[in-house]
Amino acid sequence: KDGVKKYTNNTNGGPVFVYVKEGRIIRITPIEFDDNDAPPWQINARGKTFTPPRRGTVNPYVLALKSLIYSPDRLLYPMKRIDFDPDGERNCQNRGISGYERISWDEALDIVSKEIQRMKRDYGPGSIMNGSGSHHTWGNLGYWLSTRNRFMNSIGYCPVVHNPDSWEGWYWGAMHHWGNSMRNGASDTYGTVEDCLKECEMIVFWSSDPESTSGVYGAFEGTVRRQWAKELGIEMVHIDPYYNHTAALLGGKWIAPRPDTGNAMSLAIAYVWITEDLYDKEYVALRTTGFEKWRDYILGLEDGIEKTPEWQEKETEVPAREIRALARKWGTRKTYLSPGGLAGFGGACRSATGIEWARSMVCLMAMQGLGKPGINMGGLQQGTPVDTHFFFPGYAEGGLSGDLDGTSLRVNLYQRMPQLPSMNTVAQMIPRLRIPEVFLNGSCEGYPTDPKTIEGQFKKFKYPAPGYSPVKMYYKYGGSHFGTMPESNRYVKAYQSDNLEFVVNQSIWFEGESKFADVILPACTNFERWDIGETANSGGYSHHQFTQWNHRIITMQHKCIEPLGESKSDYQIFLEIAKRLDLGAPFSEGSSELEWCRRLFNASDLPKVISWQQFMKKGYYVVPAPDESLRAPVSYRWFAEGRKKDLPELSPLPSDYTEKWKSGLQTQSGKLEFESSSLKRFAPDDPERPTISKYIPSWEGHGCKDLVEKYPLQMISPHPRYSFHTMFDAKDGFMNDVKDHRILKKGHYYWIVRINPLDAAARNIRQHDLVEIFNDRGSVICAAQLTHRLPPGVVHSCEGSARYEPVGEPGNSADKGGCINLLTPGKSIIKRSHSSAPNSCLVQIRLWKNEMSEGK
Amino acid sequence: MNKWLMIIDIEKCENCNNCFLACKDEHYQNDWKPYTLSQPLHGHRWMNILTREQGEFPYISVTYLPKPCFHCEDAACVRNTSKKEIYQRSDGIVVVDPEKARGKRNLVKACPQGAIWWNEENQTPQKCTLCAHLLDDGWKAPRCVQACPTGALTFKSLPEEELFSFIKANDLESFHKVMRGRSIVMYKNLSLYRKCFIAGSVATRKNGVEECVEGVTVELFKNGSLVDQKITDSFGEYRFSGLPEKRGKYQIRVIYQHKVTDEFDIELVESCFAKVSWI
Ligand SMILES: Nc1nc2c(c(=O)[nH]1)N[C@H]1C(S)=C(S)[C@@H](COP(=O)(O)OP(=O)(O)OC[C@H]3O[C@@H](n4cnc5c(=O)[nH]c(N)nc54)[C@H](O)[C@@H]3O)O[C@H]1N2
Ligand SMILES: Nc1nc2c(c(=O)[nH]1)N[C@H]1C(S)=C(S)[C@@H](COP(=O)(O)OP(=O)(O)OC[C@H]3O[C@@H](n4cnc5c(=O)[nH]c(N)nc54)[C@H](O)[C@@H]3O)O[C@H]1N2
Ligand code: SF4
Ligand code: SF4
Ligand code: SF4
Ligand SMILES: [Ca+2]
Ligand SMILES: [Ca+2]
Ligand SMILES: [Mo+4]
Repeated sequence: KDGVKKYTNNTNGGPVFVYVKEGRIIRITPIEFDDNDAPPWQINARGKTFTPPRRGTVNPYVLALKSLIYSPDRLLYPMKRIDFDPDGERNCQNRGISGYERISWDEALDIVSKEIQRMKRDYGPGSIMNGSGSHHTWGNLGYWLSTRNRFMNSIGYCPVVHNPDSWEGWYWGAMHHWGNSMRNGASDTYGTVEDCLKECEMIVFWSSDPESTSGVYGAFEGTVRRQWAKELGIEMVHIDPYYNHTAALLGGKWIAPRPDTGNAMSLAIAYVWITEDLYDKEYVALRTTGFEKWRDYILGLEDGIEKTPEWQEKETEVPAREIRALARKWGTRKTYLSPGGLAGFGGACRSATGIEWARSMVCLMAMQGLGKPGINMGGLQQGTPVDTHFFFPGYAEGGLSGDLDGTSLRVNLYQRMPQLPSMNTVAQMIPRLRIPEVFLNGSCEGYPTDPKTIEGQFKKFKYPAPGYSPVKMYYKYGGSHFGTMPESNRYVKAYQSDNLEFVVNQSIWFEGESKFADVILPACTNFERWDIGETANSGGYSHHQFTQWNHRIITMQHKCIEPLGESKSDYQIFLEIAKRLDLGAPFSEGSSELEWCRRLFNASDLPKVISWQQFMKKGYYVVPAPDESLRAPVSYRWFAEGRKKDLPELSPLPSDYTEKWKSGLQTQSGKLEFESSSLKRFAPDDPERPTISKYIPSWEGHGCKDLVEKYPLQMISPHPRYSFHTMFDAKDGFMNDVKDHRILKKGHYYWIVRINPLDAAARNIRQHDLVEIFNDRGSVICAAQLTHRLPPGVVHSCEGSARYEPVGEPGNSADKGGCINLLTPGKSIIKRSHSSAPNSCLVQIRLWKNEMSEGK
Repeated sequence: MNKWLMIIDIEKCENCNNCFLACKDEHYQNDWKPYTLSQPLHGHRWMNILTREQGEFPYISVTYLPKPCFHCEDAACVRNTSKKEIYQRSDGIVVVDPEKARGKRNLVKACPQGAIWWNEENQTPQKCTLCAHLLDDGWKAPRCVQACPTGALTFKSLPEEELFSFIKANDLESFHKVMRGRSIVMYKNLSLYRKCFIAGSVATRKNGVEECVEGVTVELFKNGSLVDQKITDSFGEYRFSGLPEKRGKYQIRVIYQHKVTDEFDIELVESCFAKVSWI
């Protein structure tokens, strides 16, 4: 109509309709269903019937996409740093300082392919490092786990391996008590929406703000379900130093502990249950092991300290009487625990005490009978009764990667979509948090993120690996790290090292880190190329994650417009480099992007219900909800009732059962272990991670007296509500105008730091004043937002700034872009891990007066 | 003739900004003539979300008030302009004519609510059009309403004669008291934003241990007459909400097991935490 075409596409914040006129996107809206789409499920609970609306919701940043697609920060042409000459002076020290000149695609691709050849020729395998962000524009084809893996495997590379940053404490801690390695130690949550609405009396949100983080990729699908819970009178408690948006929307008791002290509170809750007989003794006896040891520790028999509510008050500053009241309430009501926005996330797990916190979350639920009706994990964010049997691949299933080792391709997809396998022959790996040390120190080490089994995390690896070349070239995909990685001045400095001979950055936008490359290859967004995908279907380590959605909505991701400027899809960029290395055929198998989409379509269950032509035309398919009798059972119900595991997942792997297949948990005893047998085997005397969950004070918290004198404020840095990490921030887009995201001052959009008015007054800081947050690691200039949503002594500033704007020398001056991670500690939570603790961060704040004066 | 009704429920708004952003998506770089020209990239807030934080840590409340043009009945902006630069359609939608209003910066002042914004680029005053270009094209709701995930924004088309009874039955209020008549945009639970609260808690010491006291009756008096009564929850807390601010002296009486265990005066200026009553 009127020359307007309506396409579909997808994002990590929901599927969308895209209206295009004369080759330009004019609007992007959520998807509303038509009469032909499948009817939704219904849940009958306590005399009421609940059914979700016939539409998909979207995150705020999805509605800002038009401004980001057409952003002035888009990289539209290949570029070369002006003082970089691949055949002469490279001027590595000027990365981030000198500007760029436009070059042709031919020139750019020639430089990159010649550098790849030179690396292999002059230094040998291991000299080319590649890393990406954890997230991506949506779609199974373009995802970094698909196209990028295939290309990198084809040239052989030293991969940057990710720490399990979303899960930290769950992966390194909770997993040792209940297994769940496939989910990085987090919980499965099947059937919990129905069980919660029918049976539960109280939900404890602990470090959990799904109204801001949407679990992950869940848009606002969980909101209506939590509103139903409120309607049913299910009580809610929110344990979070910040009065978060879930608390503000739903109400209930807000308990604001000092950050990084979570385990003191958990132990005190267990203390009340033990001393007042408020736990499920039968369950503990039948389904768990090692309780006595934990109980004795809590009662003070081990160290002489009773973990009473009064004891925790000194750590958390939450009145003892409130913890006693909470423990009694929890101990006498059927309670769901929502630790993190997704059951198994939470800012608290990303702190120096995060491992102990996550462990105790599991232990507390074990004391209350995890899996019994109304007693389970989750905050209605996951576990809708959608069809878990209809197969459509998730992004971690690797798309066209051919990568049987690095993705979960072999679980579901490889058999259904035969493709040339691709395999990396280089065994050298770099821990992502130690990238800077590769160039600044020449060596580093880490522990793996391996979800196959509990023991996967024990095998330490080192760089350099025996017989491999040091890294000399960095092929960087995306530009997020200054905003997302801890102590990120390290990353800034590493870029200026002569040890790093060549940096190519393949990005859509000119984000912080992209400005430190020698050559820039401009990629396009998923609105400018073909793809196919289902929101929140990650597969792999987040199996069946689409149960966050009220409807499974699978979309054709139409190429809505032509790539802007000279940008190209990542697939095309890789293909053209591959061609220069005579790798064109094995990389592409001769398939175009649209043909790959069709191969993925054919691999899924879609052809059984819709033709390719219809799917292309309509653009989406709503998977019908299954009959009530076919809904997935409730997680842990089988375990609580002593039956075989009956959930729709192949986890743990058969060899990881101790007695019989599907009997018991993944732990050595098959039971929920208060005292962990895997830790007893691995490092029984590790004071940083004892075999039972203990209170170990933070290594950068309120108890660090000397540091506190200099840096008296505890800073937490949760995920940004209005951006997904760096991806939707800044770029001169609509988000700049969201009052709670950035603040306009003197023509500049500043990142926000939230501070209690008492702390502000003591520093002469008024609303929206520019302030400097600093510690020994760096300095960031933000606009202050004065709020009673935080206790005095705690400040709040999100991670995820896309801008890095040092006021002086990069790496050594204050940043007015808002990269809060310049301040966070780069150290791992415990030595035997590869982990981050950004929420253990002491800072000081002062008014920012002189724009030109150097920070720390 | 049917009239449009946009309902904004303060209780359900969580400041997600979907409404604000959907409005930008619809209007940035799109000219919807003759309804309006395109909205500039930055600055305008046709859907302006106001925040109100009340109380002191940790006894607070935070509410949001999304504020578009109200499309007032007998609108001040229409009355304030003689030359038809701003007019009201028969369905109630108030439109700033982009041609007639061009160059007239002072029209921004025609709205007492600050709902009109000046567009420097194309030299016109602009505001929320209720997405009239979409409604006229058969859309069931404006962009902001479509994008709202919580149900805080809903949209209706009602026969004029049913409008009044609908507004009454659903307890809807218009934003501004002095504004004459109704507006197309009406609020639900507006008092959550406008009114304030007094909170407090009750505690005791038993065997040297502090406890919250649940089930205590707390009465609120003004000038000797009972205004409200609450029972403390399991954290020993009570909260009297819906009180007008800056309005005088109250008395609070804490009654435990039929005995008055605490009694005190409190001067209410803005939302506050009264005290912990130890009984
Ligand atoms: N302080 C603090 N820091 C944290 C956390 C915290 O809680 N506090 N949380 C941590 C967590 S859980 C995570 S997951 C990490 C995330 O941190 P990262 O993994 O660094 O962030 P991502 O957003 O995944 O980065 C994605 C990058 O890829 C780019 N990109 C996206 N799509 C495409 C594409 O199609 N093509 C190309 N070429 N590039 C693309 C984006 O522009 C962006 O630069 O942050 C961690 N950092
Ligand atoms: N909009 C948006 N959504 C996202 C993301 C995003 O970047 N933007 N990222 C996605 C990703 S990759 C992930 S991993 C998830 C992360 O999801 P989560 O880990 O659940 O999110 P966080 O924001 O890190 O933390 C949640 C809450 O923990 C609180 N908190 C911090 N420290 C402590 C503490 O010591 N104790 C207690 N009790 N609470 C604490 C914070 O105030 C915050 O409200 O979110 C996903 N969703
Ligand atoms: S809110 Fe202002 S601009 Fe809108 S109709 Fe009323 S007076 Fe006119
Ligand atoms: S009705 Fe339309 S113009 Fe008005 S605020 Fe909503 S989206 Fe903007
Ligand atoms: S979209 Fe709805 S919930 Fe979100 S800010 Fe607007 S009115 Fe509030
Ligand atoms: Ca070789
Ligand atoms: Ca095992
Ligand atoms: Mo994450």
